[in-house]
Amino acid sequence: MKGTLNLDAAFSALADPTRRAILARLAKGEASVMEIAKPFEMTQPAISQHLKVLEDAGLVARRVDGAKRPRRLATAGIEAMDQWLAMLREALEKNYDRLDAVLAGMEQRKKGKGEKR
Amino acid sequence: MNQLTLKTEGDTHVVVTRQFAAPPEAVYRAHIDPKLIQKWLLGPEGWTMPVCISEAKPGGKIRYEWTDGKGRGFHLTGEYVELEPYSRIVHVERMHLPDPTPDNRVETRFDADGAGTLMTLRMTLPDTQTRATMLATGMESGMEASYARLDGMI
Repeated sequence: MKGTLNLDAAFSALADPTRRAILARLAKGEASVMEIAKPFEMTQPAISQHLKVLEDAGLVARRVDGAKRPRRLATAGIEAMDQWLAMLREALEKNYDRLDAVLAGMEQRKKGKGEKR
Repeated sequence: MNQLTLKTEGDTHVVVTRQFAAPPEAVYRAHIDPKLIQKWLLGPEGWTMPVCISEAKPGGKIRYEWTDGKGRGFHLTGEYVELEPYSRIVHVERMHLPDPTPDNRVETRFDADGAGTLMTLRMTLPDTQTRATMLATGMESGMEASYARLDGMI
């Protein structure tokens, strides 16, 4: 799945607070695994494992820089998730726009009854 | 003004808010009266709900069946847990796709907001994984169509 976005994996990856914190760190810019691990009370392998989940989900990418492998946000993955949520929101919005019309109809009928010609 | 918000909260919740021009009583009724539900709870264009059972009492059954008119469809079942006219509904629901999804406990509140209503829908999923799957597969009907559209975008 590397390099492609798997939405299920992406949302699962986000379900973990450590991984959300890692993404928040990377939102500030590229960082080495050591830099990423610093604020956490976790071993580097544990952080690497979290990074792997984020990479597999298409949310984090790595660059080769000599012996280093700095990580950064995979913008395409994050944007695709945003788009997905926007679409979900759109489906809900369609429902509630229809509900607006239903409610306006209910109000109309009530007024009609109230007039009693 | 009628802007919808959709966000996750904590590890297992999804919260949706929406304002309506109509008062809470009307919005509440539109959420439990099957004849009204059938008019709006449809998801994307082209889908209809030929079967709508909504027994609005604690323990009462919920069953919604959707179809796209071209042979595709699925259904949702659930039960009402608590009803406080016209301010609050608590129910449990699951989608059948066709295997049932884990139970989603939904609390819907209707608060007066000027002459209108502020609706707050709070879903509680059993665990973070279930919430992740639900968000990824879509909460509303006919998400396959959206998937197809998404495929084109990525």
